[in-house]
Amino acid sequence: MKTIQKRQDRINREKVGSTFDYTLLLIVIFLLGFGMIMIYSASSYSSAIEYNDAAYFLKKQIKAVALGTVAMFIVSFIPVQLYSKRTITWYAIGLGSLILLLTPLAITANGATRWLNFKILTMQPAELVKLCMILFYASLMCKMEKATNTMKGYFFAFLLPFPMAGAVYLISDNLSSAIIVLGICFLMLAVASKNVKCTLITSGAILLLVGGVVGGILLFADPTKNFRFARIFAWIHPENYSQGTGFQTLQSLYAIGSGGVFGKGLGQSIQKMNYIPEAQNDMIFSVICEELGLFGAFAVLALFVALLFRCLVIIVNAKDMYSQMVAVGIMSHFAIQVILNIAVVTNTFPNTGVSLPFISYGGSSVLFLLVEIGMLLSIASGRTWKAKGERHAEE
Amino acid sequence: MIKRRKTRYHKRAMQIFLLVLLMNGILMGRLFQIMIIDGEFYTEKARELHERERMIKAARGRIFDRNGVIVGDNRVVCTISVIHNQITEPERVIEVLSKELEMSEETVRKRVEKYSSIERIRSNVEIEIGKRIREYNLDGVKVDEDYKRYYPYGEIASKVLGFTGGDNQGIIGLEVVYDKYLQGKAGTILTVTDAKGVELEREAEHRIEPIKGADLRLTLDWNIQTYATQLCELTMKKTNAKRVSMIVMNPQNGEIYAMTDVPEFDLNAPYDTGGLVFAQEGEHQNYLNQVWRNGCINDTYEPGSTFKIITAAAALESNTVTTQDSFHCPGYIMVEDRRIRCHKVTGHGSETFTQGIMNSCNPVFISVGMRLGVENFYRFFEQFGLFQKTGIDLPGEAGTIMHQMENMGPVELATCSFGQSFQISPIQLITTVSSLINGGRRITPHLAKETLYEDGSVKEVFSYEETTGHVSQDTSEELRMLLEKVVSEGGGKSAYIEGFRIGGKTATSQTLPRSSGKYIASFLGFAPANDPQVIALVVIHEPVGTYYGGQIAAPVIQNLYQNILPYLEGMDYNR
Repeated sequence: MKTIQKRQDRINREKVGSTFDYTLLLIVIFLLGFGMIMIYSASSYSSAIEYNDAAYFLKKQIKAVALGTVAMFIVSFIPVQLYSKRTITWYAIGLGSLILLLTPLAITANGATRWLNFKILTMQPAELVKLCMILFYASLMCKMEKATNTMKGYFFAFLLPFPMAGAVYLISDNLSSAIIVLGICFLMLAVASKNVKCTLITSGAILLLVGGVVGGILLFADPTKNFRFARIFAWIHPENYSQGTGFQTLQSLYAIGSGGVFGKGLGQSIQKMNYIPEAQNDMIFSVICEELGLFGAFAVLALFVALLFRCLVIIVNAKDMYSQMVAVGIMSHFAIQVILNIAVVTNTFPNTGVSLPFISYGGSSVLFLLVEIGMLLSIASGRTWKAKGERHAEE
Repeated sequence: MIKRRKTRYHKRAMQIFLLVLLMNGILMGRLFQIMIIDGEFYTEKARELHERERMIKAARGRIFDRNGVIVGDNRVVCTISVIHNQITEPERVIEVLSKELEMSEETVRKRVEKYSSIERIRSNVEIEIGKRIREYNLDGVKVDEDYKRYYPYGEIASKVLGFTGGDNQGIIGLEVVYDKYLQGKAGTILTVTDAKGVELEREAEHRIEPIKGADLRLTLDWNIQTYATQLCELTMKKTNAKRVSMIVMNPQNGEIYAMTDVPEFDLNAPYDTGGLVFAQEGEHQNYLNQVWRNGCINDTYEPGSTFKIITAAAALESNTVTTQDSFHCPGYIMVEDRRIRCHKVTGHGSETFTQGIMNSCNPVFISVGMRLGVENFYRFFEQFGLFQKTGIDLPGEAGTIMHQMENMGPVELATCSFGQSFQISPIQLITTVSSLINGGRRITPHLAKETLYEDGSVKEVFSYEETTGHVSQDTSEELRMLLEKVVSEGGGKSAYIEGFRIGGKTATSQTLPRSSGKYIASFLGFAPANDPQVIALVVIHEPVGTYYGGQIAAPVIQNLYQNILPYLEGMDYNR
């Protein structure tokens, strides 16, 4: 009997293993490849001057992508349920990595302390926090499955990510990552909870609050006092802040606007010639627009839509709630970053530093994004992990 | 139960996906707006940001005298610059440039090592040096050819021609007045640069060619101009004068043949102070302004006896006197309680008006002035155009300084009658006298004849205002006769030249304050006396020793006419 069962298990596992999501992998490979080409295009001119190496940023990105790919494959073989064993630990890890920023391990660059130096590699805790929060919150949603339907439970769950977001904002001085963390958790909660009324009330409240704050700043605040205030003003009239806060936005608009339908051609951007500061980072989409035009921009957006669609398919096919919640969190993460990034470069949203997933330069970002892809792949393959006891019970 | 829950998650995830699609759609719309609808606007903005304009100087128009002698020209000079990014051997570049340009190594090093798109090392470098530097074939060193204004005759007519500044614009003289004709239109090279201004080589240059300025032909005759200048320099030396000015003009049409105000300055080094050092920047500029001042038009003086021509014209025109009226000069005349002396202390005795002008007798002219009266005197002053500027095509013409009519008492009228107590500019005097002897036509004195195309064909002929009827033909004729007598038999006989009919009038006036003992000696002469074709005025400021116009100024015009009258007959300018 035992041998038959074992054989049956093996068959099941093989069957399951064969549902590897190649489409998702292909989309990711495509995005990464395209991203590296664009990083080289956007950075080669200025890095040749600054570092005497046109491929300076490309090389660093290749290293991160290679590391991330290895991590992705490893993670893709680990059943996601394994992470559900821990809940508060993920929260602690995230918070701990942020607290490390207060130690001498931290590196300060461009006036912000956002990196940790582990000798062989540097890392942005904010990126790790996003992943930790997805895992923490997925587990929480499973645990509070019924509780989130009540108003009390809903708001308890809603408020839990705030201390973490606060830490991200205060310790690493990174408002955008804080917003992303909150956004991911809120979307996960919205999916998990039956209570649509709470979701609608909260959404409405958030919109009112954000609108009120922005409106209040525009009406009453002094843009010279605070750079975040200035960014709001620069959002409405970037041309009035062309030498300061609005500079980046304006340069980005010039780049996008001069792209036309088919762009100037790959490598032909002029705005990347030091006009857009660090064009390989958050503003890389504007270089894509300038070089590849509306056509190229829509193609990139289409790729992201395809990526999100794969996420949706994985959510729908996921075997258990935890996997579903993890996949929802990851999908939310991708969606929020893509939309925020493009909204910022097109000045649809006030300037805040959000990188474009898989395309923008940034080692930590790409590493954790690939880990998340690994998780999606794992979920898609239906890999389950059962404790020995459970298996016995089934028998 | 399990199934229902799952469907709910699916539904919610689907809703999120749709929300994302919606936002994606909004962003696509936004991209469409920026790239297609407003694309042109942003492209233009970006282009403005990327393009740097580099000016290409237009060659300034040349200046010719009336016979085609080039008196204002352009010389090719070089501008040496370095392009930081293209330099391969910085040390060698620094060494060669500091050696060839005779600049300190430090200065050159600073500019070579500066990170910029293009750094100018030195401009106005001689073409030979530029060529030598080019032969080194150094990477990143640019030798651009450029124009610099050059005046082949240095000091001749310096105050008339004027000079230009670094931006090819006129600073003084004709270079200012005819700037818009001479200047041409600068061209541009548009290059695309990165944010730091470094030119991007892959982008094609956009070039707009410069348009050369028009050439200018003057009325000046360089032979006469040169001779007049030499004559004035000689006179200045001989008489130890402070300044000597001379104008030679055609009284029929106002064409100026020569205008000089010695000492002149070197047009090729207008800022040279001859080693003088000034404590303050302002003092330096004041000094230069004095050096550049053209006494013929920028300054006024008391004309003295040459003005008797004008008083005579007024008296004859108004029939106040005839040439035969007789006067008596006891050596002075009483005006109210003032005793005004004649230059001949013993007096001229009994004389006719003709003799009075030949003797340049003050009491005669005071009497005539008294007969005219303040109102008539003032009316003629106005009728002869003395209150207006002559309209000469040079900047900064000085206006007449005259008493207010209501402030003019007998004493003022008396002194005005013989040319004292008011001031006019030399150009005003010569212009007014021209109109009195040419039959009453007031002409506009001028220096520019026409503009020319590069091939020498006429582009635009300048026309100048001419008004008639300032004095009758008869008065004009009488005046010419009287003035010829002054030269042939009277006080201006030092200007007489046998075989030529010359009319003229001498003048000696004391400068203010009268106690200074400083004089201005002058002579105004024209020829031929019966049909004047040339008129000349020489003004000698503060001569030392003999200061009488008849003794020191008249011979200068005699000398001038001895040389230029035969020459002018040959040139046949007016027919």
